[in-house]
Parts: sequence; structure tokens; C-alpha cells
Amino acid sequence: MPETLYPVAVIAVVALVTWALRAAPFALFGSRPLPRTMRYLGRTLPPAIMTVLVIYCLRNTAFDQFPFGIPELAACALVALLHVFKNNMYLSIVAGTLCYMVLIRVL
Amino acid sequence: MRELRFAVRNTIPIFFTYLFIGIAFGILTVDAGYGVLFSVASAFFVFAGSMQLIMVPMMTSGASLLALALMTFFINARHIFYGISFVERFRKMGWRGVYMVLTLTDETYSVLCSVQYDPGMDENRAAFCIAMLNHLYWVFGCLVGACAGRFLPFDMTGIDFSATAFFLVVVINQWRQYRTRLPFLTAATCALGFYLLLGKEYFLIPTLAACLAALLLLRKPIEAKEGRKNA
Repeated sequence: MPETLYPVAVIAVVALVTWALRAAPFALFGSRPLPRTMRYLGRTLPPAIMTVLVIYCLRNTAFDQFPFGIPELAACALVALLHVFKNNMYLSIVAGTLCYMVLIRVL
Repeated sequence: MRELRFAVRNTIPIFFTYLFIGIAFGILTVDAGYGVLFSVASAFFVFAGSMQLIMVPMMTSGASLLALALMTFFINARHIFYGISFVERFRKMGWRGVYMVLTLTDETYSVLCSVQYDPGMDENRAAFCIAMLNHLYWVFGCLVGACAGRFLPFDMTGIDFSATAFFLVVVINQWRQYRTRLPFLTAATCALGFYLLLGKEYFLIPTLAACLAALLLLRKPIEAKEGRKNA
């Protein structure tokens, strides 16, 4: 493949596969009324997926070597505590992120 | 415009996350010898952070288009699960719905899952603004990274934790809203189980598939709990 065409082809292929995946549920249930099972999944999958995403975000934490995941766990604990008691999304996220950024530098 | 202001307010955490990861991607592409145009075009068309970050090293090692297609499938297969909650919503939105489908990233999904619309607001327009702003932030981040990434005066390492913090906040909000804890507990069990079993690179898709299966199996108890508090 010519050198200039390769990057264009890569973007096209990666974009098309990504779009196909994002569109899959819509293609499957496009114009028909949604089956009850799908409505049920539509309600109950979001909390499950978001829980999985939090754990997925923490997957690169090295629990077996110093600092044993302390920055990640401490920052998550701070986010959770602030959010439970203060209930301000921006405060929780900013404080948690700053806490993490400080801890990875000092530990 | 009210909906746009609302969308800005609800996507501020995503702005910082996308700016940082976008800058990281921009730097990576320029270092690999692909220009600003490549960085911006992949941000605009692909709009999938982790896949873009994997795509560049694959390209420098001369990966085939088939290998790239397969990798994209495995990295982004989780997106199949996102649309399930929005099928009815998006198909009422016409061309905007098509745009919403194609730009449904982790972050847009989580904002749409947790956002509390103000009364009297055009919810579809607000949702569209959220998707569009996130897309814009991402393209902007990739542009900044490609043009100026090397000259940034400060070290931003760790700011990507804002994505984790944001997802955690969404889970806590959902924990308050939902009448049953079973979806959360099922997901945490599946994720930790597969993480220990398969390791960090391979646990995501089996976990999501197991969650789907478990939720179908637990439908009776979950619907019972949903119904009881409704009554």
C-alpha cells in the first residue's frame, strides 16, 4: 500500500469498526418495538457497566509493588467520601484528582 | 441557549479528561511521524481514546488493516452494551440520533446515564449538546497535543484520574437512584473475579458478557425489588 494511503485507510477501518459496534443495538432493534427483555437490560445495565468501568480504570494499579496502589485507593476513597457527604460532583472530582496527582509525586 | 449551558455544566469533568488524554495522543502521533491532520482526523472520525492510543504504535510497526480491524473490535466491543439503554431515545432524534449513536463513548455514555435534566428543558437537545461538546473537547485536545504538546510548561501526569473519579461519582449517584443493589454487586463480583482470573488486559469483555448473563438470570429478584418500592 502506498505510504500516504496507509494512514487514511487505517482511520477509515478503525472508524468503521467502531461505528459498527456503536450502532449494533440500533441495527438489531432499529424500528421494531423494543422487547421487554431489552427494556429491562436498558434499565439495569448502566449501573453494572459503570461499576465495571471504575474497576477497568484502576486496572493498571500495581498492588504488588510500592506504593501498593495507595494513590489510587486513597483518591477513590476521598472522591467517595466527599460525594457521599457533600454531594458536589465538581468538588469530588477536582479534590480526588488533585489528591491523586500529589500522591503519585510524593510517594 | 439554556440546553447548551446545561451541557457545558455537565461536561466540565470530561473537558479536563479529554484535554489531557487528547494531548497525550497528539504528542504520540507527532512523535510517530504522523502529522497534525492525522491526529485531528482520527479524533474526529474514530473518537475512541484507548483505541487511538493503541492504533499509533500498531501503525509504526506496520500492522495490517485486518489486524487493526480485529484490535478495534476487541478494544471497542464494550460499546455494543452502551447503545442498549438508548435505543428508544436516540431513534426518536432523527439525524441527531445518528450522530449520538456514532459518538457514544465511555464518557458520553456515563454523562447521559447520570444527568438530571432541569424541568421544562428540551432533553433531546441537551443530550445532543452533551455529545457534541464531548466530541469537540476531544478534537481540541488532540489538536493541542499535536501542535503544542512538546511545549507545555507543566507536568500534567495523573490528571487522567479525573475520568476514574467521574465514573465513581456516576456510580454513587446511581447507587442512590436505583432501588436494587444487585446490578452493582453483580458487576463488582464479575469484574474482580475475571480480573484475578484473566488479568488486566483481557478481563473487560468477559466481565461485560457475564454481567449481561447474570442480569438476565437475576431478572425475577431485580424486577421484584424494582416493583416493590414503586408500589
